[in-house]
Amino acid sequence: MPAIIIDGKEYRYEGEGRNLLEVCLSLGFAVPYFCWHPAMHAVGACRQCAVKVFTDETDTRGKIVMSCMTAAADGMRVAIHDPEVADFRARVIEWLMVNHPHDCAVCDEGGECHLQDMTVMTGHVSRRYRFDKRTYRNQELGPFVHHEMNRCIQCYRCVRFYRDYAGGRDLEVFGAHDHVYFGRFADGVLESPFSGNLVEVCPTGVFTDKVFKEQYARKWDLATAPSVCTLCGHGCNILPGARDGTLRRVRNRYHHAVNGYFICDRGRYGFQFVNSEFRVRTPLLRDGGTLRAASADEALARVRTVLAEGTVAGIGSPRASVEANYALRALVGAERFCHGLPEKEFTLLEALVALMRSARTPFPTLPEVERADAVIILGEDLANTAPRLELALRQAARIVPDELEAAALGVLPFDDAALRAATQGGTHPLFLAVTGATSLDAMATARCRAVPDELARLALAVAHRLDPSAPAVTDLGADAAALADRIADALRTAKRPLLICGASAGSPALIAAAGQLLRALDTAGTAPMLRVVAPACDSMGVALLGGISLEEAARADTLIILDSEQLSAAQVAGATHIICLDSLLTEIGERAEVVLPAATFAESGGTLVNSDGLAQRFFQVFVPEGDIRESWRWIAEILGQPWANLDALLAEIAAELPVFAPMREAAPPADYRLDGQKIPRQSPRCSGRTAMTAHVSVHEPVPPDDPDSPLAFSMEGASGQPPAPLVPRFWAPGWNSVQAVNTFQEEVGGPLREGVLCRVIVPAGSAPPAAPVPPAFVPREDALLILPAYHLFGSEPLSLLTPGIAALAPAPYLALHPADAARLGVTVGSMVTVTLGETALTLPVVPREDVPRGAGLLSVGLVETPDALPAWGAVRGGAHA
Amino acid sequence: MLTEQERHEIDEEVAAVRGHARAAVVEALKVVQRRRGWVSDDDLRDVAACLGMTPAEVDAVATFYNKIFRRRVGRHVLLICDSVSCWIVGYHALLEHLRARWGLELGATTADDRFTLLPVACLGLCEQAPAMLLDGELYGNLTPARLDAILATHE
Repeated sequence: MPAIIIDGKEYRYEGEGRNLLEVCLSLGFAVPYFCWHPAMHAVGACRQCAVKVFTDETDTRGKIVMSCMTAAADGMRVAIHDPEVADFRARVIEWLMVNHPHDCAVCDEGGECHLQDMTVMTGHVSRRYRFDKRTYRNQELGPFVHHEMNRCIQCYRCVRFYRDYAGGRDLEVFGAHDHVYFGRFADGVLESPFSGNLVEVCPTGVFTDKVFKEQYARKWDLATAPSVCTLCGHGCNILPGARDGTLRRVRNRYHHAVNGYFICDRGRYGFQFVNSEFRVRTPLLRDGGTLRAASADEALARVRTVLAEGTVAGIGSPRASVEANYALRALVGAERFCHGLPEKEFTLLEALVALMRSARTPFPTLPEVERADAVIILGEDLANTAPRLELALRQAARIVPDELEAAALGVLPFDDAALRAATQGGTHPLFLAVTGATSLDAMATARCRAVPDELARLALAVAHRLDPSAPAVTDLGADAAALADRIADALRTAKRPLLICGASAGSPALIAAAGQLLRALDTAGTAPMLRVVAPACDSMGVALLGGISLEEAARADTLIILDSEQLSAAQVAGATHIICLDSLLTEIGERAEVVLPAATFAESGGTLVNSDGLAQRFFQVFVPEGDIRESWRWIAEILGQPWANLDALLAEIAAELPVFAPMREAAPPADYRLDGQKIPRQSPRCSGRTAMTAHVSVHEPVPPDDPDSPLAFSMEGASGQPPAPLVPRFWAPGWNSVQAVNTFQEEVGGPLREGVLCRVIVPAGSAPPAAPVPPAFVPREDALLILPAYHLFGSEPLSLLTPGIAALAPAPYLALHPADAARLGVTVGSMVTVTLGETALTLPVVPREDVPRGAGLLSVGLVETPDALPAWGAVRGGAHA
Repeated sequence: MLTEQERHEIDEEVAAVRGHARAAVVEALKVVQRRRGWVSDDDLRDVAACLGMTPAEVDAVATFYNKIFRRRVGRHVLLICDSVSCWIVGYHALLEHLRARWGLELGATTADDRFTLLPVACLGLCEQAPAMLLDGELYGNLTPARLDAILATHE
């Protein structure tokens, strides 16, 4: 292990090819910095991280270097607290502050501002500059991000993230020298689905959270708890913040293996349903024709009466926790428990689980995805189905020279600008086999746009080329065959090939083909990595739990439904009695016998199994107003309290269903104590504790109890750093901004201390399911094969309750190839009627070259689709809206 | 809208950098500015479309170079050198004369659209300071009288 001498003392450090700044920070030294970012590396733009290095022990003068642009080396002598370099750093801050307004008191960043922290850290306390400050006109950037350019210190992090890292092409840096401007060409909505990260990437208040601004609270006034995003299957770790019984914002919670430093805008802004006016806050009971508020006892008595009559089925949800689903299963019995999905959709999930278990190579963590050197994506429009994975693939596609290659090029392995210049935008092979245009098209080596069966045929053809014992696809077209050759060559020669497949295309054939391809890659000796995309936050949880299909469950007299917003009223039309466990009053809730007010993710704790088979615990953030309880707790009430707390429920799940046994390790149990105390959700600076409820009573209320976790609804408790799953906020002395995450990591950019990766689906090398070669696709004269098209803003129903997301969601549409449009006699914008089964949908037509011939892309989530897609739909022109 | 001729010239510039459209962006902007005097927002959008870039990407380059004009300029652009040699030997007197006699302010265009006056850091003509660049022509050893004579020939 190399050693470095800092301020006269020797320290051991890990990792070759790291810069001095990372090494100093990892060792716990407070070296101020701005432009360096652990995910985006160094450019040396801000000059803030200066330290002194000395050639040897006889060197007393030393020289000032930028630590982010200097490679740490064994035996290096460094001074951080040298007066000369300390003064240099203070002067850099002074110069950055020349144009920075003194508006901290009214700035949203105040109290979690990296610039504030660094200014204090350098000791620069009084400004000498007494002239006019440079001012700018700000831009209107859409519903999510607020722009205040006067605060800018020109660190370039925003464009480096938005443009270089996330591939956005509408945010740029304009001008030169002292009038540099970061913004758009003209006012308008930021186009990148990752725009919200600017709020965390910006070291000061240029980009702030516009949604949070409407219901602002200082960071130290927010109660926060570790949580997991519920708005897609990826399971990004998040830190929701609440005050006064409302959820105010969501921020990224660093998890090195799952989401790193970034989340998508759906995850960041899609939480507003929690504060919705449609929330159910007291039990509702049907009395005559209408629902009325009732006491819990009254409602539970009615539930027990209803459940005693006729046949009962419980409908679980892939959007609810494993605990909630299990509790429902315990209530109605395994044979009467439905996983909440139509048969076709559940089959897909089972196929995905089988695919994962057939893998032989460990599933890649996010950094491993980012280092893949050849990628094939089967049927996923990742920007809209698993956006965080798309962002990771953007990094995978980019060629980044490793340490040896960088040395050969004569550049430092962390010098981002030099590496980008050296590789000239070069990309690794990235193949897209998808059903339409995607955001990765511009980076793709080659792409095939076709209906799912054709994509499966392509995947099988590639598999056959890699492993001749795999079934051949004999009637493949010449273009597809050439593409299959190319893909096979690229994957065969790759060191770290990655295969991505999911449920979005709705095709079991495609998943089966992915299994064959994975096995063929394995046989060819490439150790292929597999990454699966499941649609909802607990899809994999219900896949492991199993149950009867929605169609079968709907035949019962009485239905008890978890999260009915995921169902359409038509799907449960046959039931005589409905009991809903809902957080929002839905169409189904309106006709229910009883609606029990269920907690959202922010008001409850539980475990979710993400696409990757990782079980992740989320914790209750705040206590809501009204009689809202966790779904599993309502069920426990019905059952007569079989579980004292979440741990008791988890213990039963583990005992009952061994597949979930590892889930108990996802977080420490409720009786865990740090330094003998619970971990507070509020910061010790939280203001107004004694005044907040003074209008009701001058006695300070007793904090609510939390029997389910080692966290407390209080500002009192342990002050040390808890294990990773329990970290309620990133804060360390001197580090009030999100940059404090450095102090929670084992080493900068690495895992959080005492983190866990709790997998409930593991690669087992089991035999992949058989994959018969599907017949070639034959378009029909009278109908189109209707395929699902997903939208980050639009295909997820809960997030649509965020006004900004609703505003950016497209109007429902049917996209088809212009040739098909001509054949069917429909023109742009005209309305067509699509008949799927017994349902007729009237939609505007969008002719698009990227839609496969004979197919139509239907925006899902925006219109109610009667059946799982793909399905043949008769399309008739000339309809009127 | 770009003219056929402008499109053709931009295509040639792209061909000259072996089809790397991004590398031709400065030259493409110069093609537009040569005829129109400056690059309007609409022209910039057209150039961006021509090169397969976004307007933001093109404007990032355009605004970096201060000789790509993103605001309307007069018929003649006068760049007056304000760097050290010219500053020592009479830049201020020239500036004052331009203001008093010609109504020219730094960074402004005269009401009749005849002249735009802009500062320039150094023209490399220190031995003939003070100096200026008028419509691409260098003029040194300037005095108020000589300046008047030169400007009078530019209608």
